[in-house]
Amino acid sequence: MKAKVHVTLKSGVLDPQGRAIQHALGVMGFDGVKDVRQGKFIEIELEETDRAKARANLDAMCQKLLANTVIENYAIDIAD
Amino acid sequence: MKTAIVVFPGSNREGDAARAIAEITGRDPVMVWHRDSELPKVDLAIVPGGFSYGDYLRCGAIAAHSPVLREVKARAAKGMAVLGICNGFQIITEAGLLPGVLMRNAGLKFVCRNVNLRVETSQSLFTQAYEAGQVLSVPVAHHEGNYYADAATLDRLEQSGRVAFRYCAPDGTLGEAANPNGSARHIAGIFNETKTVLGLMPHPENAIDSLLGSTDGRGLFKGIAEALS
Repeated sequence: MKAKVHVTLKSGVLDPQGRAIQHALGVMGFDGVKDVRQGKFIEIELEETDRAKARANLDAMCQKLLANTVIENYAIDIAD
Repeated sequence: MKTAIVVFPGSNREGDAARAIAEITGRDPVMVWHRDSELPKVDLAIVPGGFSYGDYLRCGAIAAHSPVLREVKARAAKGMAVLGICNGFQIITEAGLLPGVLMRNAGLKFVCRNVNLRVETSQSLFTQAYEAGQVLSVPVAHHEGNYYADAATLDRLEQSGRVAFRYCAPDGTLGEAANPNGSARHIAGIFNETKTVLGLMPHPENAIDSLLGSTDGRGLFKGIAEALS
């Protein structure tokens, strides 16, 4: 079973990298970019075949390691 | 006083920390490899600077879950002193020994230079050799030193005297110009609730010899040695 995990900064947490990307896009002539937030995308392949168990396991992985929940949110997407 | 220094793949200031400990406490530290799940009986564990596990995922995130760090956490809960410097600060924060997180520097650049630090309290085993308000010159060398915590956590740290050091101007005043990384409320180092754990971004172990421009870091090791001997 394959899963995709998106880790993003919580709203309100300053993202200097996102701001630098936004600035660069503006300099390159891409007008109208209102905001850029940079995050992480992690692909995980599991042996588990039970979706509910896989989700619970992935949730624990995010809580313990993949995201720092002080500043980051995460979203889990399990592929069919 | 017995000291252990934890070493990870990618640590690079462990030798400097060892030299500072040996020179100022008169006793060589024990170096402990990250895979070791046993920590010798020591009074102080130092988590040194560097780039543990290549800073993969987030700085300190992977080291925070290593066998030796589990042992450091367990012993810290029983009162062992822990000093996390630079990457060590990031590691012990990721491990939950200290609140908050160290984010990418606001200016996005790696900052490597001497900064001025204001000692916020002398009421700790780490800072007892200094005076509150004293200004120290100590080097920083980091890309992720921008301390962040929510406002309630920052208020709690301040109200309970748990801010150890702040970045400041040479005269001790605070301001954006003197803050090298955008750190919240100019925080450079914090204590845990019992003030037996200190995490700081600057490198006091690199300010122990006048050859390198400052000896202001010696007081930190002197204070620890006096408190724990």
